[in-house]
Amino acid sequence: MIDFFNLAVKYLPELFMTALKYTLPLTAIAFFFGIILASITAIIRVAKLPQNEWAAAALQLLKWLAAAYVWFFRSTPLLVQLFIVFYGLPNAHIALFQSAWVSAITVFSLNTGAYASETIRASIASVPEVQKQAAESLGMTSAQVYWNVVLPQAARISIPPLSNSLISLLKDTSLASVITIVEIFYLAQQIAAANYKVLSMYILVAMVYAFFTSILAIAQHYLEKYTSRFAQ
Amino acid sequence: MIQVEHLFKHYPDKVALDDINLTFPAEQTIAIVGPSGSGKSTLLRSLNLLERPDQGKLQIDDLTLDLSQPITTSQILQIRQKTAMVFQEKALFTHLTVMRNLTEGPIKVQKKNKQEAEAKASELLEQFGMSELADRYPYQLSGGQQQRVAILRALAMSPKYLLLDEPTSALDPELEAQVLRVLKDLAKKDTSMVVVTHNMAFAEQVADQIVFIDDGKVGYNGATETFFHSDSERIQQFLGAMSF
Ligand SMILES: Nc1ncnc2c1ncn2[C@@H]1O[C@H](COP(=O)(O)OP(=O)(O)OP(=O)(O)O)[C@@H](O)[C@H]1O
Ligand SMILES: [Mg+2]
Repeated sequence: MIDFFNLAVKYLPELFMTALKYTLPLTAIAFFFGIILASITAIIRVAKLPQNEWAAAALQLLKWLAAAYVWFFRSTPLLVQLFIVFYGLPNAHIALFQSAWVSAITVFSLNTGAYASETIRASIASVPEVQKQAAESLGMTSAQVYWNVVLPQAARISIPPLSNSLISLLKDTSLASVITIVEIFYLAQQIAAANYKVLSMYILVAMVYAFFTSILAIAQHYLEKYTSRFAQ
Repeated sequence: MIQVEHLFKHYPDKVALDDINLTFPAEQTIAIVGPSGSGKSTLLRSLNLLERPDQGKLQIDDLTLDLSQPITTSQILQIRQKTAMVFQEKALFTHLTVMRNLTEGPIKVQKKNKQEAEAKASELLEQFGMSELADRYPYQLSGGQQQRVAILRALAMSPKYLLLDEPTSALDPELEAQVLRVLKDLAKKDTSMVVVTHNMAFAEQVADQIVFIDDGKVGYNGATETFFHSDSERIQQFLGAMSF
């Protein structure tokens, strides 16, 4: 026990610093791009086909692309996706990304975007049709209907599932260790390999993850409370 | 005046509107009645283009549209500026307070400033005895209150024509009476109204003109008196089915 506390005092600061330098930025950046990607994908997938034939054909093509994208990232393991992008593509001389960071951000964003697009799609669909029609009947343009009526309500509905995505993403960044990024799990492995305190080091790193995910869960709680003021 | 000519709306397995020709004069109350599924909502929603008929002419005041031709967004918005609609279902914006429900259209669509929009909304709430509801969210209102607020939301736009689709059919009789009283007041003030209703007593008392829609066609269009004392077998059968 004393031993564990000594280890904690010795290594926690370093683990926290590494989390602040690697794990959190990676999570934040990937989530940011993931949500943008998810919103675009969701809007493409729920958009109604326009009357103009060419516009309809173009949108249909986009819809297929969006569906294929979501299908691919949901049906393959994140670890495999990381390997394909970081080791596979350069090996086939498709040197898209030399950098481990860029590879990681790309894969995590695309992965989060695929899952979150389903969340956002369902949230948009759950806004009652009659409210959209009411907004249209007031003379709002489609963009105004989305912005003033659909988005505020969809955002509230999507907070719990999107929080789930964010928390998963934070934990999944540990996979970045396999593509040479020295985030906290990688660091813990290195320290454990040197001092042989394997169990203690892994418990310590688990505690660091739990600390940050708990903060996210608490933030989620207050966000839900604030945004649910207009419902029972 | 709203006028439709040779209006058609086809669904794959149904002709919802079958050559409708009607005029809805300004400052009058017109009640649209008819059996369930006869096309009343489709007709009403065609007037502000929430429903897009396949053929026909729609004229509102000086704006005339050929509905078989492509219609631009700006034409649709012009039509929507002249009309406001009250729906059968609960259609208030659930994420906004009563006050913001009333000011959303004037601010976002008519680009009024906030004070002006709120002053007008307060005036309407005051006029209809609902001032104390201003800061509530829709879920904190009874069904009747929600529907009266929905009527005020439409009035806040100062529309030339008010379109109402069975505004009371989801309400208990007592709440229905509250809403109908509001509509009766409006009718007396020469508001231009087109109201789909299943309440024959209301139609008889309030409407200046009755339109009877039967299986997508106009079965009657004329004075209220004459409709309720018609010797047409079909109308008598319909009125008989509506009472007990
Ligand atoms: N999207 C749709 N697809 C196919 N048929 C439809 C659609 N919408 C309406 N209809 C049909 O068109 C007809 C007219 O419908 P509408 O809603 O206008 O009737 P209504 O007179 O308002 O009926 P109610 O009194 O029950 O509200 C109905 O037979 C209905 O089944
Ligand atoms: Mg109807």
